[in-house]
Amino acid sequence: MRLPVFCFASLLYLLHPAGALADGDITVAPDFRLPAIANADGTIGLDSYLGKVTYLDFWASWCGPCRLSLPALDALYKELRSEGLEVVAVSVDVVDEDSLDFLKRYSVSYPVAIDTTGDTARSYSVGGMPSGYLIDRTGAIRAVHVGFKRGDEEKLRLEIMELLEE
Amino acid sequence: MKTMIVNLVLISALLFLQGCASPEPVAPWERGYLADPAMQWQRTAREAKFAGHVYTSKEASSGGSGAAGGGCGCN
Repeated sequence: MRLPVFCFASLLYLLHPAGALADGDITVAPDFRLPAIANADGTIGLDSYLGKVTYLDFWASWCGPCRLSLPALDALYKELRSEGLEVVAVSVDVVDEDSLDFLKRYSVSYPVAIDTTGDTARSYSVGGMPSGYLIDRTGAIRAVHVGFKRGDEEKLRLEIMELLEE
Repeated sequence: MKTMIVNLVLISALLFLQGCASPEPVAPWERGYLADPAMQWQRTAREAKFAGHVYTSKEASSGGSGAAGGGCGCN
């Protein structure tokens, strides 16, 4: 009698998705302070973006879809900056040079910080690469985008426009 | 006695398999480690494909890694 119970418990242990990251749990964007690697000096903190519509983008040099998302975000940033949009990118690369090499090929005009420890990515429960968080003027996360494919920039543009009009 | 041995083997196998259950999955921001060239099975995919083609062609008559070809390397 005990053996089937043990077998069942073992199978459950083997099959359960241990440590699965929860999406959509966060409502208030966790603050951070990270060293800037491009388009800003010193450190970048989310607190300085309070009162602005901000798109926080987690990316990495080894991430394939980031080759699409960075140029697309840069285009959105250039288009909507005058209307109040801010874009902040956080690279999760372990080495600065990897990110800088990537930025040479896919240059952007918005500030880029680096999170070599992964602490900030962890605090946002980043579920994939790239992951974007649309943050409203009060500092609340209004939309989460995991992954990126062609056409996503249009959906994102509509969401940003909605927030900018609020 | 036989049942006990079977049970023991089963329990051992299940305990052994539990080692495969990852308590801490690789986080999305840590996947750069998996994308590192050092984690690849081969140094370059093209070189490995070429080497595989030659190996399959040359060793086909003795089984090799497939059953195609007769040693000429032309298919």
